[in-house]
Amino acid sequence: MSDKTRMVPLPSKAIVPERDALERPILEVSRLGINFGGLVAVEDFNIAVGRTEICGLIGPNGAGKTTIFNLLTKVYQPTSGAILLDGQDTASMNTVQVNQAGIARTFQNIRLFPSLSVEDNVKIGLHNQVRYPLITGVFRLPGFFRAERQAKDQAMELLSIFDMTDLASKKAGSLPYGAQRRLEFLRALATNPKLLLLDEPAAGMNPSETEELMASIKKIRDRFQIAIMLIEHDMRLVMGICEGIAVINYGKIIAKGTASEIQDNPEVIEAYLGKKKE
Amino acid sequence: MTFLTYLISGISLGSIYAIIALGYTMVYGIAKMLNFAHGDVIMIGGYVSYMVTTELGWSPLVSVLAAMAVCTLLGVLIEQLAYKPLRAAPSLAVLITAIGVSYFLQNAALLLFSANPKSFSSVVPIDSIRLFEGKLVISGTAIVAVIACAIIILGLTWLINKTKIGKAMRAVSEDKHAAQLMGVSINKTISVTFAIGSALAAVAGVLLVSAYPILMPTTGAMPGIKAFTAAVFGGIGSIPGAFLGGILLGIIEILGKAYISTQLSDAIVFAVLIIILLVKPTGLLGKKVLVKV
Amino acid sequence: MLTYGLVIAAYIILRILLAGGHVSSALQGQLVPITAYIVMAVSLNLTVGVLGELSLGHAGFMSVGAFTGVITSASLTSSVPEPALRLLFALIAGGIAAGLFGFLIGIPVLRLHGDYLAIVTLAFGEIIKNVVNTLYVGIGQSGLKIGMTSGNALNLGEGGKVILNGPMGAIGVQKISSFTAGFILILVTLFIILNLIDSRAGRAIMAVRDNKIAAESVGISVWRYRMTAFVTSAALAGAAGALYALNYSTVIARKFDFNTSILVLVFVVLGGMGNIRGSIIAATVLTILPEVLRAFNNVRMLIYAVILILVMLATNNVRLRAWFQRIRPGNGKTPVISGGGDGHE
Ligand SMILES: Nc1ncnc2c1ncn2[C@@H]1O[C@H](COP(=O)(O)OP(=O)(O)O)[C@@H](O)[C@H]1O
Ligand SMILES: [Mg+2]
Repeated sequence: MSDKTRMVPLPSKAIVPERDALERPILEVSRLGINFGGLVAVEDFNIAVGRTEICGLIGPNGAGKTTIFNLLTKVYQPTSGAILLDGQDTASMNTVQVNQAGIARTFQNIRLFPSLSVEDNVKIGLHNQVRYPLITGVFRLPGFFRAERQAKDQAMELLSIFDMTDLASKKAGSLPYGAQRRLEFLRALATNPKLLLLDEPAAGMNPSETEELMASIKKIRDRFQIAIMLIEHDMRLVMGICEGIAVINYGKIIAKGTASEIQDNPEVIEAYLGKKKE
Repeated sequence: MTFLTYLISGISLGSIYAIIALGYTMVYGIAKMLNFAHGDVIMIGGYVSYMVTTELGWSPLVSVLAAMAVCTLLGVLIEQLAYKPLRAAPSLAVLITAIGVSYFLQNAALLLFSANPKSFSSVVPIDSIRLFEGKLVISGTAIVAVIACAIIILGLTWLINKTKIGKAMRAVSEDKHAAQLMGVSINKTISVTFAIGSALAAVAGVLLVSAYPILMPTTGAMPGIKAFTAAVFGGIGSIPGAFLGGILLGIIEILGKAYISTQLSDAIVFAVLIIILLVKPTGLLGKKVLVKV
Repeated sequence: MLTYGLVIAAYIILRILLAGGHVSSALQGQLVPITAYIVMAVSLNLTVGVLGELSLGHAGFMSVGAFTGVITSASLTSSVPEPALRLLFALIAGGIAAGLFGFLIGIPVLRLHGDYLAIVTLAFGEIIKNVVNTLYVGIGQSGLKIGMTSGNALNLGEGGKVILNGPMGAIGVQKISSFTAGFILILVTLFIILNLIDSRAGRAIMAVRDNKIAAESVGISVWRYRMTAFVTSAALAGAAGALYALNYSTVIARKFDFNTSILVLVFVVLGGMGNIRGSIIAATVLTILPEVLRAFNNVRMLIYAVILILVMLATNNVRLRAWFQRIRPGNGKTPVISGGGDGHE
């Protein structure tokens, strides 16, 4: 059936930006694939992502974009292919270990911790950044208050990125949709990733919110020096901030390149742009 | 020969468990709830039959029909009053409500019939069969239990595959929302399911107290829990699973009692359940559930 | 803080009433059981409310703790003559034993979720009950002996004493539990659980409850924190069991059956999922209520059942809840179950 390629050739037509070109890509994926029963959801997916690149994954609904995120984060086990994160093979890792190795993500259908406060949601993102033993917490041993202080300060600093500090004590589930998306973004960022995966970050946002989001994504990339890979249907956002774009249709990459290269590709126009938004 | 005797009594007990388990599994499959009060409906069925035969002196057959009628009504009533308002509630809330209903039925029975055990005389008018010069004795109740179980399974299979309400039930258990769009009435389907499950509980109740002739307000509790175990064991939501689970559980219980330890037979039953769930987390014939992310 | 204050105030008031002889003997007899049930309810709330998994076998851990406590106390009768100290050892032993059981049982149980997890905890509870029912434990010249046939078969020799006598349960237990000990156990339980909830581990446990996949995506080991909650909950139930058992001269395994698990679960649900103070109040009120309602003994449990159903309907029916909110604007703390939603779309 599926051949398990472990050797990673440099993916064809890699779209690593020039400033990252001299360094090893943060993510190298080769021949990644999965099938659900009979359905081949993703097949022969290859990509390389530069260390500080913002890259876009676009394609019609059901093309397999979210599934690719699920494969990268091991929510689903790939049936074939290899994923190297910063040169490290993630084949033996689970979702938790992949996050600890440096991939964080958001979800298309938002997955916050709805009954907890905004602050706690971010603190949970900091789980592996500000650590202390269980016993220290239960018996309030020395170090507990300092660590909690630190977690709080870091959480507030992250919340300030989206001007959300005054929402800190609100229940996450009670936030408006856009704020929930931003919170999920911050929670992912709190895990100190090298690569951040955003699944439709602008969904449900109005044009001005989207505009702000675009600026924030760039700002975050610059400030934290991380790579960001995003799935988005809003072409203005994708064309505006993505340095490299991969177009997926029926689980396969049908085109890769810069915004202008993609826009002129007839196959892409037929598969995706021709239909406009679904 | 003794082994055969045990096996047969295991199958007959298993048949009763299977009939109860069918009620659990149908309700779970369609309403997605664990109806913890199901075991107590069995007990009510037992009391109705007892009252009709001993107090009124009517024939056993009438008592079975009366038990079925009362339990069917009771089942539908419980569903309407206690469960229907909680359609949209978390499953734990529904479970606790079901436990409340179970308490209610047990204590209502306690008030009506007192805690004193009633000794029930079997409603089965068939004599025991003696084979191999009396070495193998099969009680009439055992025979009737197995036959009743077989008829019920065949009947249910027919109902579910061939009738309109059966199709509605399948549709609701697959996808409530889609079923509703196709014009299936969810409420009606759930009510019918409760009615059928409760009627089956009545049959099981009468058979149970015929085989183990002691009737108390708590009579239904343990068989209820075990039949529920049987349903989970076979794969809750699956009708063949409930049948298989019930029969296996009966056999394991009786053989465990006979060859290992009377006191540990329940522990053995539960241990087998745990092992099966660890190997097949959704039971023997249960479907694997997919979570899309 | 309010929770601690409430417990301390209740204790002081009861002490004053006891000193003045204002407490009926029936209620006096209930004091230790109430404290044990409070600890049971608070500890179960950790599993059900905070972790979001339904456990139907909490009484099993109580049972393990109860009999471990009884055996510990009996074995230490001569070496630790001071009852309070012996009780302390018994509570600790009961807690450790139940925690250990919690860990062992947690290995298979925590691989499951939802209804399947619930049924397996029920199964373990029943197994524990059945197995304890067949155990014979005695202490003789050659130390502690365990058997499964009969008390005599233990061959305890001269001066030997059977502690646990199969289905007869533990007999001749020295009643060393006290109301004050129960009060201290409640405080310790509150200290452990409230601190746990308000710490890194507690947040991780609640994250797992709210969304397992999201918790994993931020690097939280679901297994580890589920186990942490489950074992802590079991250990505290064990200590409560030891306290409870050492309040009676005989203790039988059947006392800790499915119905007891359900009773404690009802405390938790009526008190409010994840609401620790609610658990304390519910456990207290619902343990005292039957005493108060002695006159209505017959219908008492019927009323209880109806209240249970009505409370569930009132707090979980969408329309009724909206109605309640209208008549009590701005009031938050109704016992609403937070779904352990994995979002099965
Ligand atoms: N867990 C799953 N089981 C079966 N099929 C799935 C599963 N997850 C995704 N799919 C299928 O894979 C395909 C790609 O889905 P997805 O990756 O969500 O698309 P999108 O590009 O819109 O994000 C779809 O046909 C979807 O139905
Ligand atoms: Mg998608």
